[in-house]
Amino acid sequence: MVTRMKILIVEDDLEAAAYLAKAFREAGIVSDHASDGESGLFMASENAYDVLVVDRMLPRRDGLSLISELRRRDIHTPVLILSALGQVDDRVTGLRAGGDDYLPKPYAFNELLARVEVLGRRKGAPEQDMVYRVGDLELDRLAHSVRRQGKEIPLQPREFRLLEYLMKNAGQVVTRTMLLENVWDYHFDPQTNVIDVHVSRLRSKIEKDFDTPLLRTVRGAGYMIKDDRTET
Amino acid sequence: MSKLRVLLRTTAVRLSALYLVLFSLCAIFLVFYVTGMSERLLQQQTRAAITTEVSQIEAVYERAGMSGLLRSLERRARQPGANLYVIAGPSGEILAGNVAGLQPGLLDDEGWKSEPFRYRRFTDESREETHVALAQVLLLDNGLRILVGHDLQEPEKFRMLVRQALVVALGVMGLGALIIWFVIGRNALKRIDRMSEASTKIMAGDLSQRLPTSGSGDEFDRLSESLNAMLGRIEKLDEGLRQVSDNIAHDLKTPLTRLRNKAEAALSGKEDGSQTGALEEIIAESDQLIRTFNALLMISRVEAGSAAAEMSDVDLSRIVADCVELYEPAAEDKALKVEADILPGVVISGNRELIGQALGNLMDNAIKYAEGSTNPLIRVAMTKSGNEAVVTVADHGPGIPEDMYREVLKRFVRLDESRSKPGTGLGLSLVEAVMEMHRGSLTLTATEPDHKDGKGLTVRMVFPARAT
Repeated sequence: MVTRMKILIVEDDLEAAAYLAKAFREAGIVSDHASDGESGLFMASENAYDVLVVDRMLPRRDGLSLISELRRRDIHTPVLILSALGQVDDRVTGLRAGGDDYLPKPYAFNELLARVEVLGRRKGAPEQDMVYRVGDLELDRLAHSVRRQGKEIPLQPREFRLLEYLMKNAGQVVTRTMLLENVWDYHFDPQTNVIDVHVSRLRSKIEKDFDTPLLRTVRGAGYMIKDDRTET
Repeated sequence: MSKLRVLLRTTAVRLSALYLVLFSLCAIFLVFYVTGMSERLLQQQTRAAITTEVSQIEAVYERAGMSGLLRSLERRARQPGANLYVIAGPSGEILAGNVAGLQPGLLDDEGWKSEPFRYRRFTDESREETHVALAQVLLLDNGLRILVGHDLQEPEKFRMLVRQALVVALGVMGLGALIIWFVIGRNALKRIDRMSEASTKIMAGDLSQRLPTSGSGDEFDRLSESLNAMLGRIEKLDEGLRQVSDNIAHDLKTPLTRLRNKAEAALSGKEDGSQTGALEEIIAESDQLIRTFNALLMISRVEAGSAAAEMSDVDLSRIVADCVELYEPAAEDKALKVEADILPGVVISGNRELIGQALGNLMDNAIKYAEGSTNPLIRVAMTKSGNEAVVTVADHGPGIPEDMYREVLKRFVRLDESRSKPGTGLGLSLVEAVMEMHRGSLTLTATEPDHKDGKGLTVRMVFPARAT
């Protein structure tokens, strides 16, 4: 992690903004703050941010209009919308306005952090890579095959997509909700730990016969796939 | 007075007034037309008769001379219902005939008197009466003038009679209309008064009130019925609201108390690391609260119908398959087997996320309650018949007593009094709301009604689908 991520928080609740700024700083992310839609638009247009965290209800210019205006000005900084409106159709309108992700309030900070990190690293994400590698694990997106130490690991289609998403965001925390959204493409509350069961099945397949664990559970946040040996 | 004004303003009265005016105009036109036509016809006949008579008289005069003519006229004049005959001198003085007097100058010119004229005639009592007649004047070569005419009193009388009848008929009609106005208008007003009386009560807060219907199925009844249906819906929403606020108070107090206790414990906790644990528990507890609130919000949004805007063609088979796939490992972890029988390619108009959530809730319930049952099978089946797509989720858990089927659909109602299983008590409420939004239905039955303690629960969701 050479360059630190820099984000803009557009939020009119000053207390919430201060809390977010502090929490992001502790997570190693630098943040600026704008307290209304107009100044948020100005700052987002003048400075280069990695991610914008935009509240939906803002004075002087609402969040959705801010995003539409940014996109109109050809500024494509990833935007995460925060909103007290957490319903399905709100998400759809939010994403339609040009937002990249949508998080209903109240949320766990870990959830927000994980999403911001994924959005911020998106630029460098190996979207074009046909083969993802983490340690000795190899996922071939074209051939739909997974190998570890050269040994083929047979996976169900959904397990493959799960692993694909985890490896695409290797080294980053992905939350259960992010997995449900990106691997299953549903945004509802599954009530129980259904995702955990899927992940543990996947884990047993890719780790059972090998020494080093790759897929780990991040307490209170989610999962991360990472090769410990490459970490310095 | 103001009541009369109100009455006059009713639609029934206004409409009937308009009809009355239109009908009267038609009647007047008809009567004038009929009388005018019959008058013309009669005049034509009269003229023809007079012409014939004049030519006969001329013939008599030519053949028999003046004396023959006089004889003939005398004979003719004596017949019953005779025509009018006048013989006058060159200056117009009446010499003979059955007419008492004429307007002066009437006999000056030969030919048709263009208009019917008035004349005086003898009556049986030798009095003179003024009548109307039509006549032709004939000039003889000796300077005498002969008038042959026909009395028009009868047709005139007929015409007057018809006119009179018309006036009377119109009067009766007007009176009738007034009475009908009064009755209809008052009736309508009465019913409307009753309706507004009922609505005043409803506005005062008594949502159980309904608008009165007469049972005749008329437009008032239809209006009342649809308003009553609306009231039913409002009552249900209101009841739901009341229930929710009541239950929120009851059901959220418990976890909030727990939350507070834990926070207190964490605050007074010794520095043995238990503080972190307590805080984590607090977060888990508040997450559960947030989840409850989210579910509540979702139910009310779905019930209010705002999510209906996001309806599109969705592959129901796909959603069912996705849900089965999503929940199957969790079920297997609890030694439950999921058997799926999915009919492929069933497309309905719906909201994918909400159907997913509803099915997810059912799967979650099935896994939660069937755990440890003797028959560890959860069966998800999908069928289609006509224009109905049916999805059933059946488990072999303890099931629900039959009389509780309606109860468990209510918010926060949980049979498990001890609250030993995690859950918000909102799962089935949301499923019901989602089904209602999709204009479908939700029924609960026992999977094995005869089984002693494992009757199980079968939840049947019926979606309207396009007939194939």
